[in-house]
Amino acid sequence: MNQILKFKLDGVECMGYKDQYITNAAAENGFYIPTLCNIPGVKPRGACRICNVRVNGKLMTACTTPLANGMVIECQTEELKDLRKAIIELMLTEGNHFCPSCEKSGNCELQALAYRFNITVPRFKYQFPERDIEASHPKLIKDHNRCILCKRCIRVIKDEQGRNIFAFGKRGNRITINIDTELANDISDENARMAYEICPVGAILLRENAFREPIGKRKFDHVPIGIEMERFHK
Amino acid sequence: MEKKVVATSSLAGCFGCHMSLLDIDERILELIELVEFDKSPVNDVKKFSRRVDIGLIEGGCCNEENVHVLKEFRAQCKVLVSVGECAIMGGLQAIRNTIPLKECLDEAYLNGPSVKGCNEESIIPNDEELPVILNKVYPCHEIVKIDYHLPGCPPSADLIWNALRALVLDEKMEMPYELVKYD
Repeated sequence: MNQILKFKLDGVECMGYKDQYITNAAAENGFYIPTLCNIPGVKPRGACRICNVRVNGKLMTACTTPLANGMVIECQTEELKDLRKAIIELMLTEGNHFCPSCEKSGNCELQALAYRFNITVPRFKYQFPERDIEASHPKLIKDHNRCILCKRCIRVIKDEQGRNIFAFGKRGNRITINIDTELANDISDENARMAYEICPVGAILLRENAFREPIGKRKFDHVPIGIEMERFHK
Repeated sequence: MEKKVVATSSLAGCFGCHMSLLDIDERILELIELVEFDKSPVNDVKKFSRRVDIGLIEGGCCNEENVHVLKEFRAQCKVLVSVGECAIMGGLQAIRNTIPLKECLDEAYLNGPSVKGCNEESIIPNDEELPVILNKVYPCHEIVKIDYHLPGCPPSADLIWNALRALVLDEKMEMPYELVKYD
């Protein structure tokens, strides 16, 4: 059995296992550390930086940092909350996020985090970048306006032979996540739906699936994101 | 208690936020006990008659008239509130911000499927009576200082009501999770 480790999270004595990442250990101890790029069970990337916590005083991404014995972790300090809020605001202004016309609205994790952080208006200027929509694939639509480059789709969606259907294109601030046209033509229904569901925003859309759930019945209409994990912090 | 004075306007918006204000239903009777309206489409008053306490702005700025009205509101209102997504981030009109203005106008008046071949003189309206269109649609807070923002498309009647009540009675505003939404 895995070695049990002790750590302190916001002053509360907690326990976890060796080789467990901080986000997972925190969740098991009743703390929600917000993330956008992380999916339990998939190798973490630390792409979105929203899970930033202070480990023994140093800023670390909780999703990629393995637990160590005696760690003192700060998560819900005013500084960290504002840092996370700022990252969400940056994402909202960096892309083109038109919530009223987005098919993912109500089920979008970026939007849900913005609700959770009480964002009514971002502190940054809207950039309105020029981005494309790839609508030529038979089952999926890739909307680059909304993509936050979390890499969830790259890490999770593979075909039967283990080939990546999504991949990075270009570099630097022009980077995009593209669909492999040939593989996307043969993508299974199951994989297409999974791609739609794991996308935290509305950047990967399933065709003929828009606006199925009425307002009031969507995932985050009534319940804030992460509330099911919280026992100590609201 | 002296009634507070409220002014409202719709800039580049769809009047949905004003409709949502009317959605407060019978609370409108309570509202007219608390406030009176100055310049507003609600009472069809076109000009400010005095300096007002609360200004509600719907819609972003897509032409010079919007900017003029917004600046006038800022000058006349003690507290100015951006109501709805268009006022806060430009709204759906701001989708044009990613496309050069000339391309938009060409598509709307010359090349679009419903106008192609019908506009023989290739006229793009530019009469001096018409407000000049801006290069982009701007959120209100990028033009003047905005004191509060009420998100939503439109913000629910309950949210607008809570905000108005809090501003009029000088109380802390209630913003329950279910009311603050961006759609």
